[in-house]
Order: sequence, then C-alpha cells, then structure tokens
Amino acid sequence: MNRALNWTGQALLYGSFALVVGVFSRWPSYHPVAQNEAQIKVSFIHHGARIAECRPYTAEELGKLAPNMRAPMKCERERSPVRIEVEIDGVSVLAHTAIPSGFSRDGASTVYQRLNIPAGEHRITVRMKDNMKSSDFTYVHDSTVTLQPAQVMVIDFNPDKGEIVLL
Amino acid sequence: MPLPGSAFAPEGSPVSLTLSPDTRSAALYRAVEHAFDAPFGAALNPLKHLGALGFLFFWLLVITGVVLYIVLDTSVEGAYKSINDLAQVPWMLGIALRGVHRYAADGFVIVMFAHLLREWMLGRFKGFRRVPWLTGVPLVALAFVSAIGGFWLNWDRLGQFSAVSTAEWLDTLPFLASPLARNFLGGVSLNARLFTLFVFVHLGVPLLMVFALWFHIQRISLARVFPPRALAWGTLAMLLMLALVLPVRSQGPADLMSVPASLSLDWFLLFIHPLIEATSAPVVWALLVIVFAGLLLLPFTPVRPEPVAVVNPDHCSGCSRCFEDCPYSAITMVPHPNGRRGMQLAEVRADLCASCGICVGSCPSSTPFRSTEVLLTGIDMPQWPIDALREHLLQGLASMPGPRKLVVFGCDQGVRSRLGAPDVLHLGMVCAGMLPPSFIEYALRGGADGVLINGCREGGCEFRLGQRWTQQRLTGEREPHLRGSVPAERWRVVWTDPGDEGQLITALDEMRALCTPGATPPSLEKTP
Repeated sequence: MNRALNWTGQALLYGSFALVVGVFSRWPSYHPVAQNEAQIKVSFIHHGARIAECRPYTAEELGKLAPNMRAPMKCERERSPVRIEVEIDGVSVLAHTAIPSGFSRDGASTVYQRLNIPAGEHRITVRMKDNMKSSDFTYVHDSTVTLQPAQVMVIDFNPDKGEIVLL
Repeated sequence: MPLPGSAFAPEGSPVSLTLSPDTRSAALYRAVEHAFDAPFGAALNPLKHLGALGFLFFWLLVITGVVLYIVLDTSVEGAYKSINDLAQVPWMLGIALRGVHRYAADGFVIVMFAHLLREWMLGRFKGFRRVPWLTGVPLVALAFVSAIGGFWLNWDRLGQFSAVSTAEWLDTLPFLASPLARNFLGGVSLNARLFTLFVFVHLGVPLLMVFALWFHIQRISLARVFPPRALAWGTLAMLLMLALVLPVRSQGPADLMSVPASLSLDWFLLFIHPLIEATSAPVVWALLVIVFAGLLLLPFTPVRPEPVAVVNPDHCSGCSRCFEDCPYSAITMVPHPNGRRGMQLAEVRADLCASCGICVGSCPSSTPFRSTEVLLTGIDMPQWPIDALREHLLQGLASMPGPRKLVVFGCDQGVRSRLGAPDVLHLGMVCAGMLPPSFIEYALRGGADGVLINGCREGGCEFRLGQRWTQQRLTGEREPHLRGSVPAERWRVVWTDPGDEGQLITALDEMRALCTPGATPPSLEKTP
C-alpha cells in the first residue's frame, strides 16, 4: 500500500514538473507588436563632414614633422555630428544628433531607433544633415507609404546614391 | 532538556561552541525537502540531488545537441528547413530529439535556480563554500547565453525575434561602434558570417560551461555528476513523454521584413526579451548588474572562523584514509618529515577545510581503546579533540545513576537539542562522520547498555559525506569499521534532520525496550 502511494506520489511530482515545463515553455503567447501595428526602423551609419577643411602644411609645420610623416595636406580628424529628424504625418517622432564614434570623434555616426506606428497610410518626412555648421538639412526625403500590420520598414542612408532610402 | 554547545567541549576552548540556530529559511526549505522524502525516499529525493540533476540535463543537452548539429544545415537559407524537417522523421524520433533538447534546457534552468535557492536558504555560500558559490554564479550567465543562442540557430520567427531583441539590447552598451541590430534590418539578408557566430555561441559557450562546471566542483571530492539511477531514468522518461505529448515546433521561417505578431515564448529561457520591452534595455542591464553583484558579494558576509583539522605527525601513519574520506579535498598526502622511505603524512589545506571532523572519524589512531592517558590521534580537531570525547564518555557513564545507561552520539547538524533524560548520555558532535566506530564498542564496554548514533537524514548531510561514511563504517563496508563482534542489538542508527526530534525520541524508547540494564561485560580492561 505504502509502495503504491509512493509510486503515485512520484508520478504526480514528475507530472507536475512536466506540466510546469510544458506550459511555461509556450504559454502565454507573446505579441512583440500590437495588433494592427507596423514598425519603422530608423538606422544608418554615416560619416559626418570634417570639422575643418584640409589645408596645406606650412613650411614651419613640415619642418617639425619627421621626414616620413610629411604629407602635402593637413586634415583634422574630428568629424561633425550627424543630425536626423523624422516626422510622421507632420508629427516629430525622432530628433537625434548622433555623435561620431572613436576617441578622436573621427568615426561614423550611427543611429538605430525602432518606432511602432499604426498600420496604414502615412506621410513620412526624413531630414538629415552631416555638418552641424550648416543651418539647412543636407538630405531630405518626403514620401507617403502604406504599411501593412506587422510590416517592418527601414529608413536608411545609401552612401552610393547619396540619399535617404525607405526599404 | 536542550543544552547549547558541544557536550564534549574542552575547558577554556577559545571557540564559542554555541550552535548557530537553524535559520527560518533553512527550516522552511527542509520542510519542503521532507515533503519530497515521503514519496521518493530520502536517498532519491530530487531536491537533494539538484546539482546532479543539473548535470543530467546538461549531459542530455550535449548528447541531443550533437545529433541536432549533425542534422542542422548551418546556412541561413537551410537552417530552418533542416530543423523543421525533424517532424517528418519516422517513429517521432525527430520530435523526441528536439523536444528532449529543449525541455532539458528548461529543466536545467529550473534545477539551476532551485540549486542556487537551496544553497542560499541553507546558508551554504560562505566560508569554505565561498569558492564553489563564486564559481557557480558565472554558470547562470553562461547557461542563458547558450540557451538563447540555441533559438537563433533554428532561424524561425522565434529565433528572429530573440536575435533582434538581443542585438538591440547589446547595442545599449557604449563600446559598440556600429549597431548590431543593423544586421537584422528588413530587406537585408542575414550575413552568413553572423550565422556562423550563432553556431559558435551555441557550441562554444557550452564548452566554456564544461570548464566552469569543473571549476565549480573541483573543490569537492566524489562530486555527483550523475543522479541516482532511478532518478535519472525517471527524469529521462518524463522528458521523453513531454517531448512526445507537447512537441516543440518551429514557428515559421524568419522574415526580417515583418515582426512576428504572436509567439509561443519559452518563458524559462527567453523571459529577458519581454522584460526589456516592458521596462527598457538600460533598466535590464542595471537589474542584471545588481543581481550578479549581489550573488557575488553574498559569500563575503562575515563568518565565525572555525579552527581546522590539525595533523599530528607522530601519530599519523600515512594510511590516507582521511585523504579518501574528506568531502572537500582539503587533505593531501605528502612525504613524511621523518624521512622514512615511502611513508606519507596528511596535510590539511586550511582554506578548504570545513571543520567537519570526518577525518578524525576515519583515522585508525582515533580508537579510544589505545591505552595512552591522553588519546592523541593522527588528525584531530583542536576545538573538539577526540581525547575530550573519550573523557566525557567515561565521566558521563560513571556519573549516570543507572540502572539503564544509554549513550547517544548525535550530529549537531541534525536534531539540535540534547536529550536530557537521566538514563541518556547525549554527546553532541559537529558531524556523525567524526565518530570513530570503535567508540560504540568502547561505550558498551564502558558500561553503556545501548548506543544510538544519530546523524542527518540520508542525502541531507551538512558535510556531504558524513552520513554515508558513517553508514558504511558501521556496516563494515569502509575502514575503520565497527567490529562484527559488537552485539547488533545493542546499537542502532537513526537519521534525523532538525524538526525530527520525535523520531529520535522514538528510536531511544525502542532502545530502552531492547537493552537490558547492566548487560555491560566484557569490561574495558579487556581491550581488543
């Protein structure tokens, strides 16, 4: 009798463990986006303009350099931050200034931002400038898109074409 | 009447021998553990084999993982199909393989946290246990890295969601020059090299885990890396049943142009992703830092230092029994300083010694029948010398009024109160394994009518092996053993934990009924 009870108890405990594992390895379901929502990913890697224009070395400067380091032009390494603004249906959803990477701030500026918006038709305006001295935006994109539920749309910068693209 | 402290503490001992009280958390954990003792039996109680069960799940993951790797197409395009096609393998073999792999990972995480909780609730994380605790903490992180990486290899919708979420989370760290999440932008095919990195994460990190597990257990001797056979078969059968009843299925091929609308999430392994969404990436980083810092700092809480075992070279024969019996590998054998060829001497590593006294019980020189005035043994605990035990036994027996005289050698980690009846001499010990078996015969020859040996419940020994070694020494399976000529009806053992006082009293009553008062000869003068 005791043995039967023990076997029953063991079966119950093994079963309970299996039940917990079986249930919580699949339930409750998770919804990464709400129903009828789409996703926009704003992402680019872009080098800002150099802070200072390249100029020829002066004779005095060249004299101070080791012979193997003497180059015709002197170029400062630091680059300008990159500014990006995104508007959806006339409402600003992203305004960000990306700092150049690297200790000398000579690397690329990067942005990655995920935005969830209702599916449907939207007017999207993207503005970007890679020189903070400039008051105008260097690159502007304005278009109307229709997003399906759960669709991912990417806003990127194509360096070959030199323009903002929607993928 | 409960008496605090060890019954045979020497006068003027520099160490306070008052036992630390059984904490509320330890009592709570033991209550749960004892509930499992009923159906499984103390020896097969899964709550006492959590570490070994973790190893079992790990071995199952390795075995099923090797087979899965053989069938896995490690290209971005082929990975999903190769795993999804497992559902078509005849006799549900593919389903069983995949299910056991996944559910073993879930089981591993569950027993890992249960193991951590158990050691914390029982206060087993400081002092000599500091290093096993500290080496165990990184295993938690490695387990999750490996498990989460496994979902990416399948490259279905769940793997896609997990990979993107992980990349976005890692991108919040300041040292990454370009966002990892750019690798998962819609319209861009996943880089084949990145997929190779997934394979490395899921194969390389478990290899690291093997090393980490070795570090975790290398300070304990005879570490259980496999649970008792019955428990192992039961667990495997349960996993197989679960794999067949609730098959693990892919959730559609990954598509970076869309977000999965609904996912059957494995909450044991992937809970971090919804947590990030519900809070924010920096909040989850902060939580992780707090949790891991807390776990790593926990073993540095102050502990009362205990004097460790001391070797007496003049009485150590170099038999290496203490070396074999030490549960924490704190003893090594070195050449004896007397220079005699081949002779060895035990050496104690203080930082590893648990002060459990099991080595004293294993030493053949600890026999109380030695006719020296002061009983000096090969290895002894300075705070509870074996000579004091003999003295207290003799004095106690002499002072008992009689006619019945019962001696209890009781482990202080088990039942923590002393039996105060006039016919009982209760000698507390730090561990039952400290008792040289010859003390039983010595007590009987010294006038005791019966001897009761009391230690922790099976599988629950505070010092891992004390209960097991005691049992084996008393049944003659291990040296030093109790002589067969000692009347079996005059001694018995009872394994009890805190809270089992009633069982100890019952066992004592049974001894009272069995033992005839005054049946003491042959006397001590006739030593074996």
